[in-house]
This record gives sequence, C-alpha cells and structure tokens, in this order.
Amino acid sequence: MTGRPVAECAAAARPWTPEPAPGGSRLTESLRTYRLVAGMWIRSTMAYRTSFALTVVGNLLITGLDFATILLMFAQVDSLGGWSLPEVALLYGVSATAFGVADLVMGSMDVLGGRMRDGSFDTLLVRPAPVLAQVAADHFALRRLGRITQGALVLGWGLVSVDADWSPVKVLLLPVAVLSGAALFGALFVAGASFQFVAQDAAEVQNAFTYGGTTLLQYPPSVFGRDLVRSVTCLVPLAFVNWVPVSYVLDRPLPLGLPAWTAAVSPVVAGVCCALAGLAWRTALRSYRSTGS
Amino acid sequence: MGSARLYAAVAAGGFRRYATYRAATAAGVFTNTVFGLILVHTYLALWDERPHLGGYDQAQAVTYVWLGQALYATFAIQGGGVEKDLMARIRTGEIAIDLYRPADLQLWWLATDLGRALFQLVGRGVVPFAVGALLFPTALPRDAGTWAAFVLALLLGLVVSFGIRYLFALSAFWLLDGQGVSQAMMILGIFCSGMTLPLNAFPAGFGEVLRALPWAAQVQVPADVLMGEASWADAFAFQAAWAVALLGAGRLVQAAATRRVVVQGG
Amino acid sequence: MDGTPGAHGDADADVCRDVDGAEGRAVGEPAGGAFVEVDGLEKVFPVRRRTGFLKRERREVRAVDGISFTVGRGEMVGYIGPNGAGKSTTIKMLTGILVPSGGRLRVAGIDPARERTRLARRIGVVFGQRTTLWWDLPLIDSYRLMHRMYRIPDARYRENLDRLVELLGLSDLLNVPVRQLSLGQRMRGDIAAALLHDPEVLYLDEPTIGLDVVSKARVREFLREVNAERGTTVLLTTHDLQDIEQLCRRVMVIDHGRLMYDGALAGLHEAGESERTLVVDLERELPPVRVPGTRVVRVEGPRQWLAFPSSQSAAPLVARVAAEYPLVDLSVREPDIETVIAKMYAERSDERGDGAGVDTPGAVR
Repeated sequence: MTGRPVAECAAAARPWTPEPAPGGSRLTESLRTYRLVAGMWIRSTMAYRTSFALTVVGNLLITGLDFATILLMFAQVDSLGGWSLPEVALLYGVSATAFGVADLVMGSMDVLGGRMRDGSFDTLLVRPAPVLAQVAADHFALRRLGRITQGALVLGWGLVSVDADWSPVKVLLLPVAVLSGAALFGALFVAGASFQFVAQDAAEVQNAFTYGGTTLLQYPPSVFGRDLVRSVTCLVPLAFVNWVPVSYVLDRPLPLGLPAWTAAVSPVVAGVCCALAGLAWRTALRSYRSTGS
Repeated sequence: MGSARLYAAVAAGGFRRYATYRAATAAGVFTNTVFGLILVHTYLALWDERPHLGGYDQAQAVTYVWLGQALYATFAIQGGGVEKDLMARIRTGEIAIDLYRPADLQLWWLATDLGRALFQLVGRGVVPFAVGALLFPTALPRDAGTWAAFVLALLLGLVVSFGIRYLFALSAFWLLDGQGVSQAMMILGIFCSGMTLPLNAFPAGFGEVLRALPWAAQVQVPADVLMGEASWADAFAFQAAWAVALLGAGRLVQAAATRRVVVQGG
Repeated sequence: MDGTPGAHGDADADVCRDVDGAEGRAVGEPAGGAFVEVDGLEKVFPVRRRTGFLKRERREVRAVDGISFTVGRGEMVGYIGPNGAGKSTTIKMLTGILVPSGGRLRVAGIDPARERTRLARRIGVVFGQRTTLWWDLPLIDSYRLMHRMYRIPDARYRENLDRLVELLGLSDLLNVPVRQLSLGQRMRGDIAAALLHDPEVLYLDEPTIGLDVVSKARVREFLREVNAERGTTVLLTTHDLQDIEQLCRRVMVIDHGRLMYDGALAGLHEAGESERTLVVDLERELPPVRVPGTRVVRVEGPRQWLAFPSSQSAAPLVARVAAEYPLVDLSVREPDIETVIAKMYAERSDERGDGAGVDTPGAVR
C-alpha cells in the first residue's frame, strides 16, 4: 500500500475568497452565467463555420414557410377573417419576432430531458451558478437569428404598407408588445422545461404551446372560435403578445370586447407569467433534487 | 419466401423500436392535435372567403387538415424517419457492416421504415384524426372500397416517401454537412407535400408543378383518393411511377456509394 | 488508523485535522469537527411500477439506509460497492445534487442541500463516464470557463493551471479540441478542470474506468500527489480495486444502502473471513495432500492448491507439508480483494434471505 496522505506536513491550498460579484444579486449572477455558457456554445458552433452559415439560411427559410403560407392564401383571397394582408403581416411580424427572441434566448431547453436521462444534468448542479441560467443557455444557437430576421422583415413590411392612424402611444405600443411577447414565450419555454422534469420524453408537448402559439398568433383572432380566443386570452394569455396591442394599433375592436386600456397591459401579463414559470421551475427542481428523477 | 419473412421481421423491429417511446408518442399526439385545431380554423377562414377553392368544400378542407396532422409523422415529412439512422451509420462508418449483411441494403431500410411508419400511423395518427372527425364536419367515405384504396395509396405514398429520404440520406457518403441536407429535406417536405396548404389550393401554374413532383404522393394523393377527388388509376399510377423511379435512383446511387466504400476500405 | 474492523474513529485523521485547522480551515467551519460528517444519512426514492393497464403501485426504495461516517481533512477514502448499492446516491447527496430524506450531513460545515452554490465553490467533482469538458472546443477553453464561473483570481488561476498542466502532462493538449483527445487524456483534462478552483475535497466517480494501464497509473500517481502535497481530501468510488489498493488506506464498503465495512484495507480480509492459498509443487502426481486446517481446492498434475484461513499462520502448514510430502517448490498467495468483497456481499445477502439482522463480523452498523 502506498501513498498515505501526509496532510500534517502538507501546506494546504491557501484559501481564497471568490471575487465579489458586482451587485451580487441573483439576476446579475444569472445573466453572467448565461453569457458565459452561451459564449461557449457560440465558439463551439464557430468550429464548423460553413455548417453554421448554412443553418442560418435554413432556419430563415424554414421559419419563413409560415409567411409563405399566408402569402399563398392571400394569392386566392383579399382578406382573411376580415383582415388585409398588411394587417396580417403586422400580426405575423410581432408574433414571429417576439417568438424569435425567446427562441434565440432559450429555445434549446428541450434538451433538458435528454440531459436528465444521460445524467449530465447533475454536472450543472455542482457548479456555483444558477441552474436555470445554465439550462437556458444550453445549446445556445445563433442560427435562430434566422427566425428573428424573417419576423423583423415581415414586421417592417407590414409597418410601411399598413394603413394605420399612428399616434405616439401606438408607436410605443409595438416595441413593448414585441418585448412582452418575448418574455411571455420565454415563460412558456421555462414552463415547458419544468414539465420535462415530470415527463422527460415528452419535450414535444411544449411545442404545442410555443410553436403552436406563434402559429396561432400569426392569424387574426376573428379566424378562430370564441372558445379558442377566450382560452388564449385568459388561460395561456398569448393574446397579449399581438392580438390585443395590434388590434388597438389598427383601431379594430379588441378580442372578446376587451377595453382599450388592456392594449397596454402586455408587460404586466408577461411579468405575471414569468413569475409563475419561475415558480414552476423552482418546484420542479426541488422535486428533482428530492426524487432524483 | 424466406426473404419475405426476413423483411417482415425487420419491419417488426422498426415498429418495436419506435413503439418504445411512449411518452414521446403521447406528446406528439397532443402537439399534432393542437396544430390541427389551429390549422382547421385558418383553412375554414380561407374557404369562407373562397368556397370550393381547389375543388374542395369546407368539409374536405377540414378532412385534409386532419389527414395532414395524422400522416405528418407517418411520412416523416420533416425528417426523423430511418434516414436519420442511416445518415448516422454512414457518418460513423458502421454502414460497412450493413453492406456485409446477406440482405439487400435498400430493402432492409425500406422494411425498417415501413415498420416505423406503421407504428406512427397507429400511435400518432389515429387519435388526432379521430379528434378532428369528432369536433368538425369531415368528408369521409362510407364504402369500404374507398378506404381500401386509401390504404393502398398510403402504402405507395410510404414507398415514395422512403425513396425521397433514402436519396437524401445517401448524400452523406459525399457531403460532410448533414444539417444542411436535413434542413433542405425538411423545407422541401413541408412545402411540396402540401403540409402548409393543399396543393390544389396553390396558385394555378405553381400548384400544377408541385402536384407533378414526388412529394405530392405523400399527403395530397392519399387525401384525394380518400375524398373521391382523384381517379384511383391515375393516383396509383402516379405514386407507383415515382416509387419505381426513386427506388431505381436509390439503387444507382447506392451502387456508386458502395463502390466508394469498398475503394476506401470502409 | 488502527485497522480494526469496525473502527469508526481514526487517530491519524484527528492529528491531521488539528494541524491543518491551524492554517487551512476556512472561516465558518466548526473547529475540531470532521471535514465530511455523515450521520444516519437516508435517501428514500418513491418508485412507481406499472402493475397492469393504468394500474400503478407505489413503493419505496431505500437507496441509502442510515449511513454514518466521518472523513477528516486530507484523508483519501475509497467508497466501493456493487451497482445500485447506493454509492452514487451518497455522492449526489454529498455534492448537493440530491436532498437527503433523513439524517445529518455536513461538508466543510455546510449543509449541501441548503447551500448548493456555496458548497460548489469548495468541492471538485469528476464523473468518470461523463466529461464536463466542451466537446468541440480546445481544452483550454473549458478551463477559461472555470476561471470565470468560479471567479478564480487571475494569479491563482494561472498558478493552478500551470501546476496542473505540468503534473498531468497536458501542455501539448491545451489547444486540441476535446473530441480529439483519447479517453485517458480526457480524464486527465477533467481532473484538472475539477481542481482549478482549489477545492478542499475532490469527489471522483470511477476515475479510471475504461483507461489503459499507463493512463490509470498516471491518474493514480497524480491523485496521490494532490492529496499529499495539497492536502486535498479525496473520496473516490471505483470498481477497480487496484485504485483502492494503491491509493486509499481507508475503505468504505456499501451494499443495499448500508455501510458494511469502514476501516483499513487490510482489515477487509479478516472481515470477509477470506482464505489464503498455499500452492505446492510436488515431485510427481499424488493424491490430494491431507494437512489439518487446509483443504485442497485444485489439483493440476504435480501442482496442488491448498486453502487455509487468512488468520492462520502459514509457517506450521509449510513445515508439515515439507515433512510429509516430496516437495519441490511452494508459494503463498494472498486473497484477491475482489473475491473478499464478493464473498462479503454474498454473505450479506444470505443473511438477508434468512431474515437475520446480525451484522457480518467486522461490519459497522
């Protein structure tokens, strides 16, 4: 037998205190972790440059198919559910851009289930960093800029071709809607990730809400049945991403006869959803740490 | 007869492999149903403005939506069929082992894919379709003959679908970048199969071109057979012709690829 | 360590703790306390089993069933047991991944379940079969991430990196993408990554699994060095008993969630009531040798194998065989540790089957 530790004689590593986190709050710590991990993924992607360029274009084309469908429809008709093409483009642009931002920021969270199955999720738990930030940045993919790009292009075209009675409030409302929408979709991604703790193989369920949600919002609310509109207003409040604010901008009646002021509550709705999603995440993580699955 | 039993066993293996992902299948059913609900409403709005667009009435448009959702995984329209495994095997070099098997490479993979497709049809297709048929007025035939013809159209469509994906997968012998190929396959699959909009509802000239391409054999043709919008003879002839052409092309490419493997020594 | 089977306490460790405490102990750690304290640790998992269509049965599995031990600062302990014995569940609780169902647990005075992040800065973890290095990036990039994530002061990071790179022979590999590294190189890379932030304790889960002989030797040599030079406490789980033999004076054996043995490696032989073997070469083929206290376990031509209890001295047996038989050559073989442990597990399950709750001799409660 060899190598009895002679700790008595050894100079133990001099202890050091970690550099204090500036501000030190949980949020700044999360953002810092996110930046670090996402940066690593970007570098990883850049190891295959051609592949990266191809996938950005591919992403743009795939996500653009949604708008191609709308164009094909408008090749046959002048209006859909009473909305003109530029008006629908405005809906589409806000929804696709908002979703694109959320998708870029945390769209790869569906790998979480796989990470739990192969055990690599545990390696995230032994790091001195917020787990949600690590998971959100996991497989960060710049190719998702493709979706934002096409969403923004359609939004731009919609803005210049739509016939709207602009006012400062309306001008302000659109960027607020995009950002709130991104937060709302982000909350859905986090909720979906939390669900993967329960059903590790069922990551696809969240697609119904995220991808399904953005598809739904690309069409006017008048197209859908009242029950569907009601559930995406009250249950999963996606309507506040674009239906409510864009209807206001276009001087159309708000869905479900909502009063005009509700056009401005998107940030509040998004905030509540983010808080709920955060709660779901904490509960799910706590349950994982107590059951190991 | 011996080889028929072999390929039946291979197909059964393909079926079982996909049948193990229960939760994923349930999740897929849910997602396809939600997408069906969304698309039905957009189609109904379109057909409200333009009744009889593409020769369909509203019930037919609704039926088309649910067929598309039910067959989405079956035809592996956005990928995710056996071509994914095949590409992985080509890339890792494991394909060399397959070449030494006393079975035909193409038939082997075709059998696996048919097994997979059968599971996806039963596991992922039936429920969304049933939900659609319960919630919305649909245009479904009452005679068994049409249903039998529909099954045949599905089968032929599957062979065409496999033929397309097999060709894409074989490109891995020459192309290093698998993601680009998969993406191209996905874009063409979704658009040209009529997953976004029935091909007969496309603007006239464009639609006709798309309806002559092999992707039309996957959703459009079976849907038309089921809803009595196509003559059976024309439909089957169209699908069979593409099936033969694609499988033949697949064999040619496969032969070239095999030579390449042999020359490189695996 | 006195090596008495079943002994909990560890005199050496106490000494080293006292000395160590004077300079190395971090603030907040209770003076005189063990570095890792585990008392009555339990982990119960609910298991749902499908018993029929839509019917499920809820059951509880006690993965860790009341384990107690302490590890002193600077100790190097082997933690062994068959698959599913509760090894990795214990490690997961020690590292704060899992929250215990019962018992008390402190690592460096920290409750891992409550302060996962604070603990994370003070521990290093290496998962043998799962790299934490970035697959497509050069090795150095993974280290830069550790630098930032653990907020290691720049000077300290450079110092540690230089030292680890030298000790682990990584200098030519720093700019090589991890996917191009061999398994052994990757393991060395992983170990370095786990030590950059000067952890006080290093957990290694199967650190030599799948490695070739040379890589194994290199990893073991390095671990000895880290333990000796830096006083880093090391806790390792392994299937390779050579790891234990070459690295750890102290070994803990776990089975069915219970600690069956905690003590010196040498004591394991007694605890397992193992046998040594006397190999005798006779002049010619003869009927089995008959010497009291031994039994012939194998005969191959003129060579015979005689088993006798480890506790018994070999000398009188040798004398007797030499006196009564035409002896050409003879040797004594020590029991194979794997056999010892396998025997221990087997006895344990026998007891279980009998429903007897008596501990195996030498095992702790």
